[in-house]
Amino acid sequence: MSPRSDPDALSRPHDHIDAPERDAAAASLRQDGAVAQPKLGPVGWLRFAWRQLTSMRTALLLLLLLAVAAVPGSLVPQRSSDPNGVSQYFADNPDLAPVLDSFQLFDVYTSAWFSAVYLLLFVSLIGCVIPRTKHHFEALRARPPRTPARLSRLAGYTERPLALPEPVDGASAPAGSANEAADAAIDAAATQLRQAGYRVERYELRGEASVSAERGYLRETGNLVFHTALVGVLVAVGIGGGFGFSGQRVVVEGQSFVNTLAAYDSFNPGRFFDDANLDPYRLELEGLDAVYETENQEAIGQPIDFTAHVSVQAQDGAAEPGVVKVNEPLRVHGTDVYLLGNGYAPTITVRDPDGEVVFTDSVPFLPQDANLTSIGVVKVPDGLADQVGMVGFFYPTQSELGSGAYTSSYPDLIYPVLTLNVYRGDLGIDAGTPTSVYTLDPSSMEQLTGGSTGVESIELMPGDTVDLPDGLGSITFEDVSAETGGDPDAAADDFSQSVARFASFDIHDDPSQGWVLVFAVLILAGLLVSLFVPRRRMWVKAARRPDGTVVLEYAGLARGEDPGLEDAVAAFADKHSRPARWSSSREAA
Amino acid sequence: MTLDQISITLVYSAMAVYAIAFIAYAIDLARRSAAATKAVDQARMPAAVAVAATRSTSGDSGTDAGIASVPESTDGMTVDAAADGRDETSGRQAMGDTVAYGRSPSLRVGVAMTVVAWLLHLAADLTRGIAAERVPWANMYEFALTGTLIITTVYLLVLVVSKHDLRFLGTFVTGLVLVLLGVATVNFYVSVVPLPPALQSAWLVIHVFVATSSVGFFALGFALSVVQLLQSRRESIVASAKAVKQSFLATLPDSATLENLAYRVTIIGFILWTFTLMAGAIWAEAAWGRYWGWDTKEVWTFIIWVVYAGYIHARATRGWRGSRSAWLAIIGFSTVLFNFTVVNLFFKGLHAYSGL
Repeated sequence: MSPRSDPDALSRPHDHIDAPERDAAAASLRQDGAVAQPKLGPVGWLRFAWRQLTSMRTALLLLLLLAVAAVPGSLVPQRSSDPNGVSQYFADNPDLAPVLDSFQLFDVYTSAWFSAVYLLLFVSLIGCVIPRTKHHFEALRARPPRTPARLSRLAGYTERPLALPEPVDGASAPAGSANEAADAAIDAAATQLRQAGYRVERYELRGEASVSAERGYLRETGNLVFHTALVGVLVAVGIGGGFGFSGQRVVVEGQSFVNTLAAYDSFNPGRFFDDANLDPYRLELEGLDAVYETENQEAIGQPIDFTAHVSVQAQDGAAEPGVVKVNEPLRVHGTDVYLLGNGYAPTITVRDPDGEVVFTDSVPFLPQDANLTSIGVVKVPDGLADQVGMVGFFYPTQSELGSGAYTSSYPDLIYPVLTLNVYRGDLGIDAGTPTSVYTLDPSSMEQLTGGSTGVESIELMPGDTVDLPDGLGSITFEDVSAETGGDPDAAADDFSQSVARFASFDIHDDPSQGWVLVFAVLILAGLLVSLFVPRRRMWVKAARRPDGTVVLEYAGLARGEDPGLEDAVAAFADKHSRPARWSSSREAA
Repeated sequence: MTLDQISITLVYSAMAVYAIAFIAYAIDLARRSAAATKAVDQARMPAAVAVAATRSTSGDSGTDAGIASVPESTDGMTVDAAADGRDETSGRQAMGDTVAYGRSPSLRVGVAMTVVAWLLHLAADLTRGIAAERVPWANMYEFALTGTLIITTVYLLVLVVSKHDLRFLGTFVTGLVLVLLGVATVNFYVSVVPLPPALQSAWLVIHVFVATSSVGFFALGFALSVVQLLQSRRESIVASAKAVKQSFLATLPDSATLENLAYRVTIIGFILWTFTLMAGAIWAEAAWGRYWGWDTKEVWTFIIWVVYAGYIHARATRGWRGSRSAWLAIIGFSTVLFNFTVVNLFFKGLHAYSGL
């Protein structure tokens, strides 16, 4: 049955509560494999499958399945949001992890099964929305349907006496004048309904004047906008997201980076991203201010504020100052720059036994806890008798635990200490295989200090220099405040500026973002309209009773949820019949 | 005494008053059961007499025995029950029909105490906010404090707005609020600490507040759905069995009415939740550099949204309206509670703001 054949239907899926019942009965008959059913050809089967897919029941089951399918992604770490967690999971559960991995449980939201569920859901949704949209356009042009013969069966049915023209000399009003009064009353009703936002149509059935009115077309419009915008979000994310990129880069105070592919520490391009599109602007980190709580005893050392002061220089332009804060990304040159982390980058200089500098750099140390106990690796490939690697701990405010181990007790620079375990041998970087700058592979190296060597680890405060073991040379932990001139009035034990900080920037471009926002707003607007605008019909009829009198009948019909329908009919009847009631009370008097 | 200590004292006071309100509501439910039983007894007696009378005269099985009514009784309740003339159906009729249940002093005490507790609760929340010099919803303790306040607020608001008498929900509302406040003060309490940089955003005010508000509506929708299920079970038993044990349910609206009320409350929650999800995405874009990243909390926000979307669709699907959709509302609220407790405390993710 096509929607066209029943102008009253809302073109719902066959098992929608508002769809015509007989259609559903026919469908269930078909599902039950009715006895007299003709054999389905391939086309028939396709139609059958399509009908099932676009039914409400299937949509509902797919929705619930989607909810269930999303759960595992919160139980198992995901590569997309927590790659380190995945590595850890593999290390902790070497037997289980590969099994889970084969079910794509570490990539749930891009997995074949999760995608299958939401794609089927969206196909079902599209299959439902398209015919409904077509039908809705027809409904928008159609006249309100004919007034039903018996209004008394409908919601909120009520009647009011018809106001007759003033009877002359007590004689009963002629039938013609009653008809005129009825016409006038129906005209008035049509006008009032139109003013109330109804679309109205006059009907004349068996000599009874009536008006049929319908309002709330916006409800269906909202519903369709909501569902279409959901598809819009999916398309925007699926396609638009492919044109963007995200990259990470650690920048130490005083250093800069240029927005090119090579400059990133890590880079994730979208499917359709072309790196020629990168605008090679230069971003320099001039300073990073970190503020920690110092007064509230309950929250000593809790971060209060991180502000990165940067300067951005276009390829052929002047440098402009900028600020990046945690909740305030810097949006420059079509990219968004986020401050996602920070830490210390101790400046270390290594000299050979002759005092020649063979290595000097500010090495970012990765924070391990809230008080910024940090781990870093220094690699000195050339210039010394052997390749040297050092694994270091940095404590911005060093304190000693009962066990003798060091820890940091405050995230700011009160008593900064750097300890280093020195290794000599092969760093494993000569082969050209890429290795992380944050890890050291000691498998082909000999440990010289710390651990089981019996030699104390190297321990430095800013400005200190000590000799490396085995007469390899010397190492200096530079005090950068002295280097930059610092504050001459600063006390000797003020280390607050002695170590450079680094900022960890995320740089993104996501052209789909704006589209997603637009669709999200449409979703919300569509939802509000489709849930709160009542779609209803209302009829007013001047009905002739067997005894010849004419009464005004009022009734409504809800199309979808409409808790206020009966009140609305009553209120309209009261408003419309007010003059009638006035005259009837005069008659009674 | 610091403002925060005042706040805590107010919380404990509010809990004490909530407890009184809870007891009053519970007494009211007990009285409803008594009233329902009484209505059946009252209905049976005259019906039996009437049947005896009709049998002796004509044997007409359709005689109307009229209405058995009990005048104002000592406990301040009036009970009316319509009874049919046929002896077998009379009791069933009284059980199936809604038993009218008039004024109840314990119910009035319950509502009055809820209002008092709400005022104390509001004061506790405000003083906490003033003590912290920010909105009082930045850690788990404060979420619970504000969230429960909103649950009570929504309940009182619905009492004012609704045409139906929904005061019977007080037992659930005060009970839930009491338990959550107890857990919050004992297990979640943290003293006032400054906001971490990630929470320093206007979205904290909007996103978290709207999220907590929608929880208030979902909670009420959950309660109504539970009562709806109980009621429809009672209705089906009444329709099939000859006698059932009477319960307070006989004095409550029928299951269809409860379902409609639950739906109306829940869709408000759903819209607020949709907004929560979107506001969260906008905030996440500013704070974490992406608007959606399947963080555990995002996953559960999504799951809750999908479950309630399923609820709304179920209401429009043949065969799913009624009890099945009510179960979805119950599952939905369970996921909300799960998201608030288990996900906050035990799942690893970016939303690590419980302060614990």
